[in-house]
Amino acid sequence: MLKKLICIECPVSCELLIELSDGKVIKIEGHKCDKGQEYAKSEIENPQRIITSTVLAEKLSLKMVPIRSDKPIPKDKVLPAIEAIKEIRIKEPVALGQVIRENFLNLGVNLIATRDVS
Amino acid sequence: MIKRDLVVVGAGPAGMAAAISAYKAGVRDILLLEREQFLGGVLNQCIHTGFGIEYFKEVLTGPEYAGRFIKELKNLPEINLSLRSFVIKLNCDKVLTFLKPGQMEQVKAKAIIMATGCREKTREMVHIAGSRPSGIFSAGLAQKLINIEGVLPGREVVIVGSGDIGLIMARRFTLEGAQVKAIIEIKDRTSGLLRNVIQCVKDYDLPLLFNHKIKRIYGNQRVKKVSLAKVDKNYNEIKDSEFFIDCDTVLISTGLIPENELIEMADIKIKSEDDLNKTSLPGVFVCGNSYKVYDLVDSATKDSQEAGTMAAEYIRSLNA
Repeated sequence: MLKKLICIECPVSCELLIELSDGKVIKIEGHKCDKGQEYAKSEIENPQRIITSTVLAEKLSLKMVPIRSDKPIPKDKVLPAIEAIKEIRIKEPVALGQVIRENFLNLGVNLIATRDVS
Repeated sequence: MIKRDLVVVGAGPAGMAAAISAYKAGVRDILLLEREQFLGGVLNQCIHTGFGIEYFKEVLTGPEYAGRFIKELKNLPEINLSLRSFVIKLNCDKVLTFLKPGQMEQVKAKAIIMATGCREKTREMVHIAGSRPSGIFSAGLAQKLINIEGVLPGREVVIVGSGDIGLIMARRFTLEGAQVKAIIEIKDRTSGLLRNVIQCVKDYDLPLLFNHKIKRIYGNQRVKKVSLAKVDKNYNEIKDSEFFIDCDTVLISTGLIPENELIEMADIKIKSEDDLNKTSLPGVFVCGNSYKVYDLVDSATKDSQEAGTMAAEYIRSLNA
């Protein structure tokens, strides 16, 4: 079976042609770099996304602290993760890159702040 | 009046890159003016990833991309930062007038780099008929409200135009619990990046309608509904194709325009794209999105670094 995908790793947006057998990738064409190859495999076998959102700050210089997962999480875990993020409050100053939650929801990723907030 | 070798107007990605590169090219007397109270410009509200792939070879969010330059600037005390400083006038003698809390100041520069970014097209520029209720936002304003102010400006959203900010906001509204009822594009393809169609629209099964236009906005106090119609390839409405969508919010995401009011007021002209960053007045440069609207901040950074080098060369030529 053949499947077409557009790579989302970078703005070039390569069109990938993927040959599948039993849901597994056997051959990938159309990618201009190695990232395309990794993306195609992951997108077919276990699609993942980095999540970004904001967290409410209390008594800090900004109202919202932007955050993200330091690694991608499975796509079907994105919505529950975003819901859980809405419950978090940040009460102490944070630095860009600082871990807000370790091993968030046991997904094997950390939530990190993406901006200094004093 | 203060005197400076170089004044940079705007501390978004373009202005920060230009100031740092001018420093690296030997300029030591630099004033960087920023109207907001933070450095980073629009990147602060762009909390999604997709920045820095070309320039840093890493996937970063907007605030992280800005953070790299903010850190570098803070280690360069020769670049004097003036926040909450809003430039209201530029003249041909290279004198800038700016307001900061409690005072008005003037600065005469040997060279000036304008890095004032761009603005979003408004509802008025896309000619949508109907009333003027609340609930109509440019996509970037909605982004600021959600990501900086922590306010969700609507629950049932129709997005006009499929530019990148509109697509990014379609996902953002969805994640925040609002319903995106339609993204309407008059052309037969998106004006945004394909990757954003995948990760912002397809990932969440949002309705992206090509060859459609918005006809009218209805509502008294608040937006109540919009009417849409199909169009042919010449963008003419197809007869009897009109239909309605109930919504409380309309986002406009139909493009960006370089912000150049100050240099226009001074009657300075921006040169063509073959003459990167240059204007009709030697020593006045324009860079980043105020020069031309870039798809990627990475490219804006690279071109703005050129502006810093050019300004340094110009200042050197005066001193020679």
